[in-house]
Parts: sequence; C-alpha cells; structure tokens
Amino acid sequence: MNALLNPIRRLGALSINAIWRLGFISRFFVAILLNSGQSLLRFQLTIREVYFAGVLSLIIIIVSGLFVGMVLGLQGYNTLARFGSADALGALVALSLLRELGPVLAALLFASRSGSAMTAEIGLMKATEQLEAMSVMAVNPIARVVAPRFWAGVISMPILAALFNVMGIFGGYLVGVEMIGLDAGTFWSQMQNNVDLHYDVINGLIKSLFFGMAVTLIAVFEGYDATPTAAGVSSATTRTVVTSALVILALDFVLTAFMF
Amino acid sequence: MKRSTIDLWVGLFVAIGIAAMTFLSLKVANLTPQSGSETYTLTADFDNIGGLKVKAPVKSSGVVVGRVTHIELDTKRYVARATLTLDKQYQFSRDTSAEILTAGLLGEQYIGLVQGGDPDNLASGDRISLTSSAMVLEQLIGKFMTSFAEKGSQDAPAKTE
Repeated sequence: MNALLNPIRRLGALSINAIWRLGFISRFFVAILLNSGQSLLRFQLTIREVYFAGVLSLIIIIVSGLFVGMVLGLQGYNTLARFGSADALGALVALSLLRELGPVLAALLFASRSGSAMTAEIGLMKATEQLEAMSVMAVNPIARVVAPRFWAGVISMPILAALFNVMGIFGGYLVGVEMIGLDAGTFWSQMQNNVDLHYDVINGLIKSLFFGMAVTLIAVFEGYDATPTAAGVSSATTRTVVTSALVILALDFVLTAFMF
Repeated sequence: MKRSTIDLWVGLFVAIGIAAMTFLSLKVANLTPQSGSETYTLTADFDNIGGLKVKAPVKSSGVVVGRVTHIELDTKRYVARATLTLDKQYQFSRDTSAEILTAGLLGEQYIGLVQGGDPDNLASGDRISLTSSAMVLEQLIGKFMTSFAEKGSQDAPAKTE
C-alpha cells in the first residue's frame, strides 16, 4: 500500500513546495520594492552593480549579437532569394531582432552571465554568514545587498538588448550588403518602411525590461534562498539559469500575445 | 576597483545604450522629424486601390516625393479617396496623372505621379483628376481565363478582342 501511495505523496510534496516558493518569491519581490529606497538614494551601490552586471556583459552581448545578425542575414537571404524577394532582407533582419531575438537572446545571455554570478555571490555571502552579520549590525541585507543588484539588472537589460539589436542589424548589413552584395539603399529603406517605432522598437524594449526584472528577481531570490553549503550554492546557481530560461521563454509568449 | 573607474565604465555603458536606442529609433524605425520640410496635401480618387496602405510612398519618376497619409471610402460615389502629403519643393501641374503601381511582382504598392503639361500648378487641397486604379491580380487572371475559354470554345483563330 505504501509503495502505491509514496509516488502520489511525492507529487503532493513537489506541488506544495512549488506553490510555497512562488509565494515566497512574490513576498521577496515586495520586500525588495519596499527596501529599494536606500539603493536609489545611495545610488553608488547600484552603479557598482551595474558595472558588474551590465558593463562586464558587454563583450558577450556584442559578439553574439553580431553573429546572430550575420546568421540571420545568410539564412534569410537563402530563403528570400528562392522567392525572388531578397530585397526584403533588411526588414526581415530588423523585425526578427527587434521583436523577438534581441530581447530574448540578450536576456538568456544575461541570465547565464550575470544572473548566475549574482546567485553565487549572494549564496556564498549566506554560506559564510555575511548576511547574518549584516543583520546583527542592523544593516538590512535586502536593502544593502539584494535591492541594488535587482535595480542594476533592471537598468542593464534594456541597454544590453538595444545593443544586441544594433549589433545584429550591423551583422545583417555586413552579410547582406558587404558580402552578398545587395544594394545598401534598398536594405535600409526596406527596413525603415517596415519597422514602426512604437509597435516594434518600443515594444521590444518593454519586453526586455520585463525580462530584466524576471531574471534578476530569480537570481537574487535563488541566492538568498540557497542552502548555505557548497553544494547548495552550486545547485542554486544551476536553478537560476534553468528557471530564468524557462521563465523568459514563457513570459515572451505571454508578452507577444498581448503586444502584437 | 576604484570608484571613479567604475563610474567611468557605467557612464560609458549608459551612453552606448542611449546611442543604440537612438540609432534604433532614427535609422531603423525612420522617425524623421516632421518639422524639417514643409508639405502640402492633394487628394486622388481611385476606383480600386488594391493593396495600397497608409504611409505608402508617392513617387514621381521613381523618386519619393511624399507619402499617402489617409485612405477613405467616398460614400457618395463609392470610390476610394487617398490623401497624399507631398514635399513643398515638388510642385505638379494641374493635369498630373496618378496611378497605383507595384514594386516588383509581389512588392509593396505605391502611387506614381506623372507630370502633365499645364503651366498652372496644383495647390494644397486640390484633387488629381486623372487616375488609374491598381491592377488586381485576381481580376487580371479572371479576364485572361474568360478570353481563353471563349477562344477555346469558338475555335476561331482570327477572333481577337
């Protein structure tokens, strides 16, 4: 009888745990918002985190943006040329980057580059009891450690996504115009005729803002919630990357359904 | 790391971000400031505008001279009325003709203006009277099919319409 009931018991425990964590992360989010006064008043704290989360991600964002744009240029040209509409390459590259690829890929890279680092840092602070030490000294660890990192992620993400888009469009230009030899004027004018500022550019940036909030919230939460051991920090880091990736893609679907 | 170095890098980062967003809005989305050039509007009635859309270009000899800013159905005569906003530096004579053309076989549709010979120019708000409608592919195919069928049934090689 027990052998029959145990799997069901395990399923129940997993569900309760998932709901508990969802509630905890929501309360954590509210706690961050309530305690973010200090990180906005002492903005130096946030600037320092923008450096670690945003500036140090520049290289990976620039290089991957360039390559994604170049691949889009090559693949798009091959397919479009089959239908005799290679002129639309500029519009194809710009629209797919602005609407989907830019925000989503930049957020995935940001989650694996900066999100995991945030989780490891906060988790290690917890494991070495630095967070408790802060509490003893009457310094709120959420205000001092968590909130600056959260706002740094929210600030960095749209900038990184915009940069990813620009590099991608430049990569598409390199392949389409410089390598394949399409007309530069057609490339840009097709892009300009088909891209709308509010509909495409602004909506893409709003998407990346949401992704930035989701990724950094997950990262700081997993760090704060990590089991204070070496193995716990490592599994929290893994969870950050996996959960972020899933949440980004699911959130992307929801946002796309609302926006376009 | 020193505080001033971090400030410098973050400042650069934000500046690059703003530059990227400006590039996206100006160069990619073509947010051209409207105040830069003066414009005037003309209207043109078409029996059928096909797939013409608002913001479609208006070209003369292939040069973009303006854009379609509004399309509506005239409910008295049941024709489509397109409002064209043209650059003030391009003036057209009163007997200018407008036609709806397609860029390539399946490309976007635009309005082509052909300059006439009248010495007087069109003023703002005037209507272009000489227009020809868009070619609708289905109608063309339909016409072709009917003439083909007639030809086949009568089997008269000399018959032409």
